Amino acid sequence: MPHTATVPEAITDHALRAYLHGLPGVDEVGARARAQDLATRSIKTTAKAAAIDLAISMVDLTTLEGADTPGKVRSLCVKAALPDPADRTVPKVGAVCVYPDMVAVAVEALRGTGIGVASVATAFPAGRAPMEVKLADTRRAVADGAAEIDMVIDRGAFLAGRYLKVYEEIAAVKEACGDAHLKVILETGELVTYDNVRRASHLAMRAGADFIKTSTGKVSPAATLPVTLIMLEAVRDHHAATGRRIGVKPAGGIRTTKDAIRNLVLVNETAGPEWLTPDLFRIGASSLLNDLLMQRTRLSTGTYPGPDHYTQD
Amino acid sequence: MAERRDGGKRKNEGAADGGATENRTTATKADVPARIAVRKTYKLYLGGAFPRSESGRSHPVTSADGAHLANASLASRKDARDAVVAARKAFGGWSGRTAYNRGQILYRIAEVLEGRHAQFADQLVAALGVSRAEADRYVSAAVDRWVHYAGWTDKFAQVIGGSNPVSGPYYNHSTPEPTGVVVVFAPQGAPLLGLTSVLAPVIATGNTAVVVSSESAPLASIDLAEVLATSDVPGGVVNVLTGKAGEIGPHLASHADVDALDLTGAGESAVDFERAAAATLTRVLRPGPEADGGEDAWLDTDPGTSRLTPFLETKTVWHPVGM
Repeated sequence: MPHTATVPEAITDHALRAYLHGLPGVDEVGARARAQDLATRSIKTTAKAAAIDLAISMVDLTTLEGADTPGKVRSLCVKAALPDPADRTVPKVGAVCVYPDMVAVAVEALRGTGIGVASVATAFPAGRAPMEVKLADTRRAVADGAAEIDMVIDRGAFLAGRYLKVYEEIAAVKEACGDAHLKVILETGELVTYDNVRRASHLAMRAGADFIKTSTGKVSPAATLPVTLIMLEAVRDHHAATGRRIGVKPAGGIRTTKDAIRNLVLVNETAGPEWLTPDLFRIGASSLLNDLLMQRTRLSTGTYPGPDHYTQD
Repeated sequence: MAERRDGGKRKNEGAADGGATENRTTATKADVPARIAVRKTYKLYLGGAFPRSESGRSHPVTSADGAHLANASLASRKDARDAVVAARKAFGGWSGRTAYNRGQILYRIAEVLEGRHAQFADQLVAALGVSRAEADRYVSAAVDRWVHYAGWTDKFAQVIGGSNPVSGPYYNHSTPEPTGVVVVFAPQGAPLLGLTSVLAPVIATGNTAVVVSSESAPLASIDLAEVLATSDVPGGVVNVLTGKAGEIGPHLASHADVDALDLTGAGESAVDFERAAAATLTRVLRPGPEADGGEDAWLDTDPGTSRLTPFLETKTVWHPVGM
């Protein structure tokens, strides 16, 4: 979708507003219809098997609970490296996503597996903390070995129209990340409109995000198909304008293989097949992995496995 | 048997099937327009709701003398999968209820079924070609069967379990617990009393059930599902699939999340199902002598505990004396 918004030369509140509000509005009915239409694609047999393996390799296996213990994080890491102990052909997951204080535990547990640790940071999930705290949060996670940082934007500032504050926070956190990849969580469930989702996506990409992520998983609705569609359109347009490919990560509410495959169809049809790689598309989930494994077993053996044949964490 | 893939869109196709002749013939008196027949769409019963088959298929159900009665859903493999998921989800809540509460709910089923006595009797007359008096007897027996098992819910544990004398300073108790998700192949020729006789003992002890109803006479099972849905039976405790046991049975028998099979109505497939069930250590109840006997075979007023015990696991606890 070509748009007429001009990229701001100087980053000021005024210039950002002019740019973001110059983006074309989202056709809400059209976005829903498109997402719904693509969700009816039938993916079967060998294509389904390939999609399941691809989806497993894209899972950011996540535990973000107040009750997380080092033991739970370690068992999650074991599962990340070997999702189905009964079948070693199952690929390993994309990353393990934990709270900052669990990064060291996860890094230790994943040593030698080639799986990176993603850490939420910047006062996840609300993001309501002073800037110094957010940066300290980020630096500590990176110092402990996190390869990816999932930051939350300041939705309050965004909704109040203070785009420069959001922009500067993202830029500052990006700097604090060093070599770590930065995923920017828009928390689309709190952004109210699809227009805001599009604006926040472009704002985050301009500010230096490597990935844009839908949600924290703590707010409902989380990753709905229309929202993911709009964000995929944003990364596609950003690539057309700048040549830089930004990743997308829907998170929250994706629990079944069917949901995951619908997301992959959306990626292929919207951003393009170049995005069908764990480097550019991730799925933030916890219970999804077991459903993918059950469907994989069903395809390879022909019988339905039971959920109690898989570890819960 | 003709199959139809219509996705449920042609709801009133029965109008051309001759299903409502008596309504149309009354239209001969020109001044009184005939009332348009309100035909029932027989759907599945999954997780407390009545959805059409995921496949969109249905099949015509005929009476004993060949007249069209209704179109019933023809359940598919994926409907069976969804039914097991629903039954598994409901298991924790149902097995966690007090035995007394389960008894109240089973008695409630009997109450609601009694109120629909005439409807079920009509259904059996049409489906089996029996006399009205016989049909009444079957419905009454089915109501009584629910009452019978309602009484057992808080008594079987005392009869089957107990404290064991052991040579040591321990109390030793054995208590029966429900097996889990039970797939019930309902008897083919006994659409109400037979179905009740195999289903009631399964849920009385706290199991949840996936019922594959009689292939030729499935309508009573969906009417019974309506009784269950209005009797405080939580959604998912009983799930009813109408269709072909031979088609969906293999997927249920080999399903690793199914804990037990009642093969009463499985017919010639029973051996194959038992073999498939062995791979995942699924409990199996083989068809008994009453399996092919029609409703009459189920009239014994005291079925005892023989259908309660196959779907129970015994838990034994050793507890030190003096603590």
